[in-house]
Amino acid sequence: MIEIHNLTKIYGSFHALDEVNIQIDKGTVFGFVGPNGAGKTTTMSILATLLLPTSGTAKVGGYDVVQHPHEVRKRIGYMPDFFGVYDQFKTTEYLHFYGASYGIPRSERNKLIPQLLELVNLSDKIDSYVDSLSRGMKQRLCLARCLVHDPEVLILDEPASGLDPRARIEMREILKELKLMGKTIIISSHILPELAEMVDEIGVIEHGRMVAQGKVADIQNRLRVKRVLHIRMLDQTERFSTWLKDEAYVSQVYSDATGVHIHFSGGDLEQAELLARMISAGFQIVSFNEAQTNLEDVFLEITKGGSYE
Amino acid sequence: MNWRGMLINPVLDKEFRLRMRTPRSAVALLAYVLVMGFLAMGIIYVLTSNGMGSSGRFDPTVSRMIFYVLSFAQLVMIAFMTPALTAGVISGEREKQTLGMLLTTQQSSATIILSKLVSSLSFMTLLIVATLPVYSIVFLYGGVSPKQLFVLFLFYLFVMLMLGSLGIFFSTLFKRTMIAVIVTYGVGLMIFLGTGLIYLFAMGMAQARYIPSSAQGPDYSWVGYILGLNPGGALISIFEPSFSKSAFLFSGGNMGAGAPIELWLEFIIVYSVVIVLMLWLAIRYIRPVRRRRKRSNPGGEQLG
Ligand SMILES: Nc1ncnc2c1ncn2[C@@H]1O[C@H](COP(=O)(O)OP(=O)(O)O)[C@@H](O)[C@H]1O
Ligand SMILES: [Mg+2]
Repeated sequence: MIEIHNLTKIYGSFHALDEVNIQIDKGTVFGFVGPNGAGKTTTMSILATLLLPTSGTAKVGGYDVVQHPHEVRKRIGYMPDFFGVYDQFKTTEYLHFYGASYGIPRSERNKLIPQLLELVNLSDKIDSYVDSLSRGMKQRLCLARCLVHDPEVLILDEPASGLDPRARIEMREILKELKLMGKTIIISSHILPELAEMVDEIGVIEHGRMVAQGKVADIQNRLRVKRVLHIRMLDQTERFSTWLKDEAYVSQVYSDATGVHIHFSGGDLEQAELLARMISAGFQIVSFNEAQTNLEDVFLEITKGGSYE
Repeated sequence: MNWRGMLINPVLDKEFRLRMRTPRSAVALLAYVLVMGFLAMGIIYVLTSNGMGSSGRFDPTVSRMIFYVLSFAQLVMIAFMTPALTAGVISGEREKQTLGMLLTTQQSSATIILSKLVSSLSFMTLLIVATLPVYSIVFLYGGVSPKQLFVLFLFYLFVMLMLGSLGIFFSTLFKRTMIAVIVTYGVGLMIFLGTGLIYLFAMGMAQARYIPSSAQGPDYSWVGYILGLNPGGALISIFEPSFSKSAFLFSGGNMGAGAPIELWLEFIIVYSVVIVLMLWLAIRYIRPVRRRRKRSNPGGEQLG
């Protein structure tokens, strides 16, 4: 549904995007992750026909964004990272305006708009001025606006940024619904866990380059080889750290208030043997467990060295 | 589609609604009418304080004078208002961060630009219509025909269109409204004041070199064309058909020689080109433009 091929954007001599390649199938929710300034907004603006690439191509539904922007616009709902609303409009007028701008006849809009407001939980604001809405509500209204022309693809640039936790959860619930509706969604964030549970695939961008890409589960599995062990013991952490230096499979050790964390590259057998040696060495162990490598760890792992894949 | 759908596209509809909902518009309207009203009263007071005394009635030439001065005042007001109203229409949306979303809709660039122009000029027209009662004072005294008033109105419309298309072009070109407004005022000043001053200066120079000889050489100078670029010059030439002639003629020249072109006609022709050019550029550059690809490029896929 979305094909990005060798996409490059150069500002002066600065490479904002450097040969980015992304493929997103129909119905996939694609999480686009990277630190601030990585090039997420640039990529999405190009997809939204608002910016021209320096070289490379981007296609939505088979239409090139540069050659056939009009066709692309029909197929996308675009939510910018920062956006304004027309304050003097009521929520319904706001949606009527965008609906009309997509050529939807008034009679159809009259039916559609209450449904959209329902979808984004703004039914009770049907008669309010946009001005009076909270930030989270404006964000949801903007999302409803993206949906007026029933686009196949949604391009959402950090839709959850600047929202309080409650508003984030609401936004996430709506996105889940959109996913069920079969939309292809590309959603960006500079915070990975925010996306973790709702995306199918993930792409990590850094300094304008894709550093990792694939199914969430795949990436997690590939990195699971390296386990993180979490050990709590009775007040012997200093000596324990020194003792660990001689252990073969241990690569990194750090301790905090909750205990000692070890990056361990061995398998189950080696892990069992390590525990046995620790006990015979006289450490009084309270707990010994394998910490779940979550997506955030994956993210840190990937972006730390940039050497993944 | 009903007639409303045909005439009013979504962008125009939105512009009308939003513009009339800001208190600023009401304030602008009030301020405009007040300024014009006070100006009119001042002008009438000054011009009649000596003429009225003995006869107790109005000389038509005096009321025509009032009409002219009022018309000029109105022209100056238009010059002040139009850039302020148009130079922010695109950059303003950019600053409010609504432009991106507008540009991803199905509305064409031409629709967006022209709708914004029409809505701004409609508001200007409203201002001018609102000052019609001021003009009606002049009608009480006679000396001015409704036709003149109508022609004047068309002329205003054209001047608004000219300044408006400049304003919209700069609004599209510059990211910041502030800069767009300043540049539009700068160009406006050049058109309203600059051309007039250059004309006076150039005419003075040409006049100094002119030797009145009935035998050879034309009695008019190309310098007159400069005055045709000035809205004031064009306006006078509408009121006084002989003005075009005298703009081109050297003083002491043969009055039988005609003007090569009426000043207002030149004005309309030249600035029509400017209007079309400005609007075309604005429409072209509001969305990112694809530079033309070289046919010879074997890569083919290479853009820009
Ligand atoms: N118009 C521009 N001119 C110059 N540099 C820009 C421009 N827009 C973005 N950049 C740069 O491109 C890089 C990528 O920006 P962006 O795509 O907004 O990153 P992200 O959305 O991932 O935070 C940033 O370093 C930014 O400074
Ligand atoms: Mg961004």
